Amino acid sequence: MLKILGAAMSAALLLAAATSTQAAGTISGAGATFPAPVYAKWAEDYKAKTGASLNYQAIGSGGGIKQINANTVDFGASDKPLKPDDLAAGGLAMFPTVIGGVVPVMNLPGIKAGQIRMTGANLADIYRGAIKKWNDPHLAVSNPGLALPNLPITVVHRADGSGTTFLFTSYLSMKAPHWATEVGANDSVQWPVGVGGKGNDGVAAQVKQTAGAIGYVEYAYAKQNAMTYALMQNKNGAFVTPTAEHFKAAAANAKWASAPGFYLLLLDQPGADAWPITGATFILVHTKQADAAKGKEVLSFFDWCYKNGDGAADQLDYVALPASVKDLIRKSWSKVTGPDGKPVYR
Amino acid sequence: MFEGLCFAAATALLAALGGLIASLVIGGWPALRKFGFGFLTNATWNPVTDVYGAAGPIVGTLITAALALLLALPIAGGVAFFLTELCPAVLRRPIGTAVELLAGIPSIVYGMWGLFVFAPIFAKYVQLPLMTAAKPGSLLDTLTTGIPNGSGILPASIILAIMILPFMAATLRELLASVPPGVRESAYGLGATTAEVVMSVTLPYVRTGAIGAVMLGLGRALGETMAVTFIIGNSHAFPKSLFDSGSTIASTIANEFTEATSPVHTAALIALGLVLFLITFTVLGLARLMLRLQEARS
Repeated sequence: MLKILGAAMSAALLLAAATSTQAAGTISGAGATFPAPVYAKWAEDYKAKTGASLNYQAIGSGGGIKQINANTVDFGASDKPLKPDDLAAGGLAMFPTVIGGVVPVMNLPGIKAGQIRMTGANLADIYRGAIKKWNDPHLAVSNPGLALPNLPITVVHRADGSGTTFLFTSYLSMKAPHWATEVGANDSVQWPVGVGGKGNDGVAAQVKQTAGAIGYVEYAYAKQNAMTYALMQNKNGAFVTPTAEHFKAAAANAKWASAPGFYLLLLDQPGADAWPITGATFILVHTKQADAAKGKEVLSFFDWCYKNGDGAADQLDYVALPASVKDLIRKSWSKVTGPDGKPVYR
Repeated sequence: MFEGLCFAAATALLAALGGLIASLVIGGWPALRKFGFGFLTNATWNPVTDVYGAAGPIVGTLITAALALLLALPIAGGVAFFLTELCPAVLRRPIGTAVELLAGIPSIVYGMWGLFVFAPIFAKYVQLPLMTAAKPGSLLDTLTTGIPNGSGILPASIILAIMILPFMAATLRELLASVPPGVRESAYGLGATTAEVVMSVTLPYVRTGAIGAVMLGLGRALGETMAVTFIIGNSHAFPKSLFDSGSTIASTIANEFTEATSPVHTAALIALGLVLFLITFTVLGLARLMLRLQEARS
């Protein structure tokens, strides 16, 4: 027994030694959990092609921002974009990688996915407790002919701080002045009503277990679990389904070129097909790289992902960026410079 | 040499404890300075405006831990007495092993079971019947208002009770087994019933240890994180009924620490950790005091 234990321990030590020597040539990143699966897949494919490896720790957006500011990682990742002022203060450059969408889901006996139509104002009124029942006349206005049940609405929100909540509350703040002044937008907010579920699965479980419940989850989660979603009204007034094409439409119509530091929330974008609650997830790197070669490695990795990673992203139900946006990002990399002041990525 | 090692081990522990307190105070200082004593009494927890008050989580922690103890203690006592006094020898082993196995289940498993299995059953067979039976305005009505989905203060307390039960039962059983057979047999010899033996001979014999076992359970209930997070409903407001959503200190930290970006938010969460530490410390202190008072009386 002791012998086996000893052997196992020495094997573990060897392994640790092997990985730490390897770590010299790897890129390290930390941050958002939402894109972690696609970053892991990209890293795997990238390693198979180039031999260079990526070590990504999904510690949360807050952690990612702290780590890149403390210079302990080569890049940070955040679901919540940093404002241009914060970027300048931290000496950081930011660019988006993939797009995701937030989908309102519900549990209404007799009502199927895509049958109920929701406006931003009504969604905000439900989440602040002003609309309490499903047969409220306000909901009936956008749902003519649909028999909405006389059920109390149970509001379900994320309990943990999350980029999903940031997008959702930012959207509600845009659509409802009441929400903006009473609650506001953040990773976590002081919810006026409702119960909190931990993570997407926690929200989904609460919704599934309560008749009359409404919640919000990431698109990939709603799709993989075949949840009952609502059609959302977009800026053009059309009611759209939450699908990859409609997230892409929101990203394509967005004015990235006029957004300094890519600070852009893809919320309520114009376009007949645009899904209104869409958002990108972001990468943060220092604009002044202490080690030019390392900086180049990081940007080369993301360049490779933009070129070859769309398939993997689709498979995992993320939405790849439009080609025009990718070109803009590559151009923006000119401001990431080495110690000699020259761009590390050319 | 041996003495030196022992001394080093003991002081290392003290140093770790001191370091922990110091880092909690330093880390939480920005929040404590900004909100002062109001941090403990204010029930507003608003990351948007960066205003934090810990009253909701503090109350939630104390209520769930107390309820859990209230539910678990009689059962744990029953299990322990049954195993040591009444159980046929054949059953003693399997029941004892089952209790110890329960103690070894990771808390996240309890959380998942609580959310996916326990909550729907609890909502359907306990919560809904109670809510429909309650007359409007009655005490039962006040206690049972909430969302009938099986999550809230009481469900979280029940899950906590299930979690701390095996710890307390296993410790109590060990304690009762340590009572010398002579003591117990002489009591039986005097004609005492089983209940009398337990109440007036074996239990007083292991009193000190028994309080320790209860405190162990209470300590775990106070600090339990994952299982509670899954099922408590996670609202930072004061819980208004048994079925209302609430939060505990540990669940709040677990939920928000990873995504806390503003320095005050992070500091407030660390300060919460300090508060939890102080609560646990106070509970242990009170237990010591109780013991000392009892010893002085006898």
